Amino acid sequence: MKMSTTKRLERLHDRYANGDLSRRTFLSLTAVAAASAGLSMPWMSQALAAVEQVRFDGWGGTVQEAIDKYAFQPYTAKTKIKVVQGTFGDENEIITKIKTAKPGDFQIVHSSGVNYYIKYVNAGMNSEINEANIPNMANVLQPMIEPFRKLTPKLSAVPYDYGTTGIAYNTKVISPEEAKEKGAGLLLDKKYAGKVGGYADMTTRVWYAALATGQDPNNIKDMETIWAKVRETRDLAKKFWSSGAELMDLLSKGEIVVTDAWSGRVAALQDQGHPIGYLDPAGSYAWMEDMLILKGSPMAECEELINFMLDPATSIAVAEGQSYPPSLDPTKVKLTEKIEKLPAFDKTGSMKALTFADPVYWATNEDAWTKQWDRIAKGA
Amino acid sequence: MKNRWTLYDPRLASMLIAPVLLLLIFFLVLPIAVMAVYTFFTFVTAGVETSALTAANWHEFLTDSYYHGFLLKTLRVGAMTALLCGVLGYFPAYFIWATSFKHKWLLLLLLIVPFWISFTIRTFSWINILGEQGVINVALIRMGIISEPLPMLYTEGAVIMGLLHFLLPYMILNVYVSLESIDRTLIAAARSMGCTSAQAFREVTLPLSLPGLAAGLLLCFVLAAGSYVTPQLLGSGRDALFGNLIYDTIMSELNWPMGATLSIVLFVVLGFFAAIYTRYMGMSQIVKGLGG
Repeated sequence: MKMSTTKRLERLHDRYANGDLSRRTFLSLTAVAAASAGLSMPWMSQALAAVEQVRFDGWGGTVQEAIDKYAFQPYTAKTKIKVVQGTFGDENEIITKIKTAKPGDFQIVHSSGVNYYIKYVNAGMNSEINEANIPNMANVLQPMIEPFRKLTPKLSAVPYDYGTTGIAYNTKVISPEEAKEKGAGLLLDKKYAGKVGGYADMTTRVWYAALATGQDPNNIKDMETIWAKVRETRDLAKKFWSSGAELMDLLSKGEIVVTDAWSGRVAALQDQGHPIGYLDPAGSYAWMEDMLILKGSPMAECEELINFMLDPATSIAVAEGQSYPPSLDPTKVKLTEKIEKLPAFDKTGSMKALTFADPVYWATNEDAWTKQWDRIAKGA
Repeated sequence: MKNRWTLYDPRLASMLIAPVLLLLIFFLVLPIAVMAVYTFFTFVTAGVETSALTAANWHEFLTDSYYHGFLLKTLRVGAMTALLCGVLGYFPAYFIWATSFKHKWLLLLLLIVPFWISFTIRTFSWINILGEQGVINVALIRMGIISEPLPMLYTEGAVIMGLLHFLLPYMILNVYVSLESIDRTLIAAARSMGCTSAQAFREVTLPLSLPGLAAGLLLCFVLAAGSYVTPQLLGSGRDALFGNLIYDTIMSELNWPMGATLSIVLFVVLGFFAAIYTRYMGMSQIVKGLGG
């Protein structure tokens, strides 16, 4: 089949954007092709210019402050490459923005693990990382990398941290003994009607409803009872929060006394002296976060940044700052006492003590369940 | 000499209007047209759709009572907000118009001052007023009037309160502009013919200010019914309006074709009310009101 020059150049550009070609090779090939065709392509000037900044989008708040302070600022000081930052409260928000932008406008996303990774892959937003450019990946927990590799053998993301969504409670109202006894049932305790909170997210709601009905969150048999439980929590809830900042605000101001909550945000509240307890009930929802490089990004610079972020000294400092354990394998890297005390920390490195969502199972049901959850959240 | 341009030459008019027309076409008509086309696209999975044409989105909207319920609720909340704005906004507007205060401009400036602060921050401020630890509850508890905080935040009442806060200046300005255009000698004439102050207001001032009131009602209704941020911040999930449905469909379900369908529905419904108003009242009053 005969291929047009334009098509050939576009394919070349795609290979460059995916990291299959170095910038030098790409420019050489483009120049040769352009000279032969007597034209130039719009991205040539962009590629010729040295990369001066990398775009990063994350969750904001204490988490991003820690990444900025302990990773981005030292990286910029070392390389002179600026990290331009954006934030989002919900990852679907950034996916929508990426969809409306051109490749390269958004580059690295602090993404919510494999469940979201599938969405980027389905939408064709993933890149292909050259792992040789990230030697610090050797220290990353293999059980965290494997789920990504199952979806795309050539990775577009590198796991960076993990945590749990457990139960946070106000210790002035609920004793640790009561919390331990009731576990996830606290979210359904009528005694706290009007003072219950929860993450406004389908996965979290369905997960905790599954625990409450004694079902395996990764193999739910009876969805009707799940939705009934979700409605029950909704009717007891004062507010479903939609960002870490809102969670911290609701808990610290006493608007809610019990909620499912992100372990790191609770640790931050505890550090600030608020009377908040945290409990990971059996089967608590564990999740991981990754640094995802999007298609069209300057791969070499992004890989260099991620390698810098995975450097043990950087990664440990970030982990302590954001209160989430790093993806570093504790059997290979000596972690600090502070990290070992963080909620959800797995000292074995096997991650077997944590229950993660099965990405394929959840991806299969995601569309229908999200739609149903959106309706229930609005009173349906 | 026939080709020389005259003052009211149609060619000159076309040239003058062309830039605005182009702007309207590219930034209003075209995006709406693209969105209308999107309503016929096929949703595949979150964030992915194809251009295979289907009427499934429209079928879903037309047959699913969930959407109809929210549309009616949105119209109800919009109407309630507009009416409350009308009742609460008329008196300040009348006061500003009737006062003999030398620095009337200062009163008008006070109306505009809230616009200097971000709308989102102004909405957030209600959390500190209506919340369990907010000013009202803390004050009432300390005075011993209540023992438990009143549940005011995250209710439909809080949403309407937030909308009133946002929309009241629009109503006051519209009514004020309408009152300003009244020939005051008409009121003096009514008084000289034996009308009391109240009668003069009822027979002269009120009827002549009705176009401004109607313009304010339309503006407040359309803005309230199309609002998204206020119910998101001050309401619970049950207090969501149609705008929140659109947001969730696009941002949470990543279903752009259905989101586009709902957007077009809201656009058509609100456009319908604006068209009815224009048919009977004209748009000039709204333009005057917005221009101060």
